Amino acid sequence: MADILMPSLGADMESGRLAEWLIKPGDSVAHGDVIAVVETQKGAIEIEAFDSGRVASLEIAEGEEVPVGTVIARLGAPGEATAAAPASAPSAPPPAAPAPAPSAPAPTPVAAPSPAPAGPRRRVSPAARRLAETLGVDLAGVEGRGPQGAVVSSDVRRAAETTRAAAPAATQQPARRRGLDLEEMRKAIAAAMARSKREIPHYYLATRVDLQAASDWLARRNAERPPEARLLISVLFLKATALALRDHGAFNGTYEEGAFRPGSGVHVGSAVAIRGGGLIAPAIHEVDHLDLDALMAKLRDLVERVRRGGLRSSELTDPTITVSSLGERGVESLFGVIYPPQVALLGFGRVSDQVVALDGAPAVRPTVELSLAADHRVTDGHRGGLFLRRIADLLQEPEQL
Amino acid sequence: MSQPVETTYRECVKQAIREAMIRDQRVFLMGEDVGHYGGCYAVSKGLLAEFGEERIRDTPLSENAFTGIGIGAALGGLRPIVEIMTVNFSFLALDQIINNAATLLHMSGGAFNVPLVIRMATGAGRQLAAQHSHSMEGWYAHIPGLKVLTPATLEDARGMLWTALEDPDPVLIFEHVMLYNRSGTLAADAGPVDIAKAAVRREGSDVSLLTYGGALYKTLEAADKLAEEGIAAEVVDLRVLRPLDTATIVASVARTRRAVVIDEGWRSGGVSAEIAARIMEQAFWELDAPVERVCGLEVPIPYAAHLEQAALPQVEGIVAAARRSLGR
Amino acid sequence: MSLTEQQIRTAVLEELGNVAPDAELDGLDPSEDLRDALDIDSMDHLNLMIALHKRLGIEIPERDYPKLLTVDAAVAYLLARAG
Repeated sequence: MADILMPSLGADMESGRLAEWLIKPGDSVAHGDVIAVVETQKGAIEIEAFDSGRVASLEIAEGEEVPVGTVIARLGAPGEATAAAPASAPSAPPPAAPAPAPSAPAPTPVAAPSPAPAGPRRRVSPAARRLAETLGVDLAGVEGRGPQGAVVSSDVRRAAETTRAAAPAATQQPARRRGLDLEEMRKAIAAAMARSKREIPHYYLATRVDLQAASDWLARRNAERPPEARLLISVLFLKATALALRDHGAFNGTYEEGAFRPGSGVHVGSAVAIRGGGLIAPAIHEVDHLDLDALMAKLRDLVERVRRGGLRSSELTDPTITVSSLGERGVESLFGVIYPPQVALLGFGRVSDQVVALDGAPAVRPTVELSLAADHRVTDGHRGGLFLRRIADLLQEPEQL
Repeated sequence: MSQPVETTYRECVKQAIREAMIRDQRVFLMGEDVGHYGGCYAVSKGLLAEFGEERIRDTPLSENAFTGIGIGAALGGLRPIVEIMTVNFSFLALDQIINNAATLLHMSGGAFNVPLVIRMATGAGRQLAAQHSHSMEGWYAHIPGLKVLTPATLEDARGMLWTALEDPDPVLIFEHVMLYNRSGTLAADAGPVDIAKAAVRREGSDVSLLTYGGALYKTLEAADKLAEEGIAAEVVDLRVLRPLDTATIVASVARTRRAVVIDEGWRSGGVSAEIAARIMEQAFWELDAPVERVCGLEVPIPYAAHLEQAALPQVEGIVAAARRSLGR
Repeated sequence: MSLTEQQIRTAVLEELGNVAPDAELDGLDPSEDLRDALDIDSMDHLNLMIALHKRLGIEIPERDYPKLLTVDAAVAYLLARAG
C-alpha cells in the first residue's frame, strides 16, 4: 500500500489544484507513469507515480486544491506484474474503506513527497540498474536470479523481452495545450528569486570562450544533414557543461539544511523563456550520458512541451544545476540568479563575432561570454574558475563531446 | 614460423639469458651460486663454461652489496642481470632496490637511468617454509620507478627478459618456483615479447578470472571445471603487475560482469586489493556481482606439505568463488 | 505541380502557428523579424525550418537560415526554390 501525495514542485509551492485525473481505481500504474495533471504557478504539470501498483482509491476530486503533502490517491497491493516485490515488505492493510474526505484542512504540509521504501533495499547489481534505466524496465517487477537473489543484468534483459512480447505499443497521450497563468508564474518566480537573493551568497565569474572550432564543426556537420538532424550550438554548451561537471561535482547538487548534497546525476535545468514573460528551467536528465543527437532531441521535446504544456513533475524537481543560453540573440553576457536549492547557474550569452588577439594579431572570431553564478557556501571563485576553464576547453574539441 | 620444440620453463629462462649474453656484450649475470653451482634452480647450468667468470659472476651472500653493484654497473653503461635466490632474500636489498634503483632517474632530474634487471624466484609449493616461499611481488608493484613482470608461460619466460634489458629503467622479473619444471612446446625461434599488456589466456562470457604467475595454471584448470558446469570463464593473465594493464581488466569485466581475482599473495593490501579497487573505480557500473578474491591465507607459509597446500589458492576455491559470483 | 505564393504563405503561417502555439499571429507584420515580433528563439526557428522542409520538400541549408527571418522573406525564398 502506498500513498500518492500532492508533490512539491518547487521551493515555494504550497498547494496545488488537481486539474485532471489520468487514472481511475483499478488501473495499474508503474513508476514514472503520468497519473494526473496539477495546476501550479508554473502551469499545468503532469504528475508521475513513484511507486507501482493498482489504484485503490482517488482521495480528491478534480478541481480540488490541497496543500502539498496531502494524500491524493492510494495504491493497493501490486498486481501480478509486481509479484516479485520484496518478501519482507510489510503486509498491506485491508483494502481501504472509503477514506475520510480530505476537504478538512490537511495536517501540516510536509516539504516533499518521498517514495516510501518498502522493507529493506533490494539487491540490484550496478549493471542491472543501468540497463534497467536504458531499457525503461521497472525493477520492481523483475525477479532476481543473481548472487543472494540480486537482480542482475540478464534478469533485466529477460524482463524487457517478456514485457515487449506481452505489451502492445503504448498509446501516446495526445499533446494537449494547457493554460498557463503568467501572473501566477510571476509570483512563483518572485518568491524563488527573492529567496535566492536572501539566502544564497552569490559570486559571479565570467570568461570569453572562442567558438571558432565549435562553430566550424557544427556548420560542417549540419551542412550534410537534413534540418531535423541538425544541432543547435546550445546543445554543445549543455553537453560541455555536463561533462565538466563530472570533474566539478561541487556545482552539481543542492544546498539544503546547511549542507551540500551532490546530485544523483547530472540533471541540467535548461532555461526556456516563455512568450509574454516568464521563465522555466525543467531538467534534462543524465545529460553527461546523452550523445549530441539524443540531447538535441530531448531539448527539442522540452521546448515543445514548455510551449504546449505537458511538463513532468520530475522535470521540475530534479534539476541539479541550471544553464541559461541566449543563442544568437540578446545581450553579450548574463549573470543569473541561482534557483534554490541549486548551487550554480551557468549563463551563455549571445554568440557573436568579436575582434580578439590571436597569435599577436587581431582576428575576428565567433565567441561567447560564459558566466557562472555560484553559491559561496559550497564553492569559491578559484574552483569556479577551473570549472569555467574546463567547459571552455571542452568546447575547443566539439567532436569529442 | 619454425617448428615448435619441446622445452621447459627453466630452459626458456636459460635460453633467454644466453641469447641476451650473445646479442649484447654489456649483459652479464650475477648472483649467489649462479656460476659453479649452476643456479639454485639450475637455470644457469652450463653458462659459466660458455661465457666465463667475467660474465657469470658468483657473489658473496650479501644481497644488498651485489644489488648495489648491479645498480652501479647499470649506471656505468652495462646491462646487468642480478639474480636473487628467492624474493624473501631480496628484503636484504630493499634499500638498493627502492631507495636507489627506483629513485635515481627522478632524483637526478632525468639524467640517470638505471637499466637493471633483477630476477627472483617467488612463491610456495616446494616445502621451503616461511623464509623462502612468499609471494611478495605485490609489494614491489607498490613502488613507482619499478616495473614488475610475472612470466607464467614458456613464451613469456623466453621473451620477457630481452625486452626488460632493453628498458631503460629497473625491471623486476618474478619466476614462480613451481613453474620451472613446467614443460610444453614453443616455437624454436620464439623471441622477445611485450612487457606492457595483460593477456586473455582463455575467452569466456560468464566470469573473468584474473590472475598471474604460478596461479595461472590452477586458474585454467578451474576454468575447465567450470566449463563442465556450463560456465564460460575468461582467464586473464596479468603478466605485468606494474604498470597494471587496467584497460584489459576492465574490458574483460565489462564483457562478463563478474570478476574473481586469484593471487597467491596475501589478501590485505595486495595485488588482489589493487585490482578490486580499480574495478570499482572504472567498471562499477558493469558489475553484476561483488568482486571475489581467492588469495593465500594470511599466515607465514607453513612447512608441512598439507598445511602449505591449505594456505594456497586451489582449484576448488577458485571454482567456488566463480560460482558465488554467478549466484550458483 | 508548382506552388503558388499564396500556398507558401499559408504554409509558413500555419507552421509558425504550430511551432509557437502560444504566440499571437493576428496582426503580425510580415516584414518584421520573427525573433522580435514573436520572440521566436533559435529552437523555434529550427523547428520552423524542419516543418517547412517536410511540408514543402524544399531544401533549406543552414547557411540560408538568416534569409528566412521574416514571413515575407521566407515566402520569397521558398517561392524562388519551389520551381
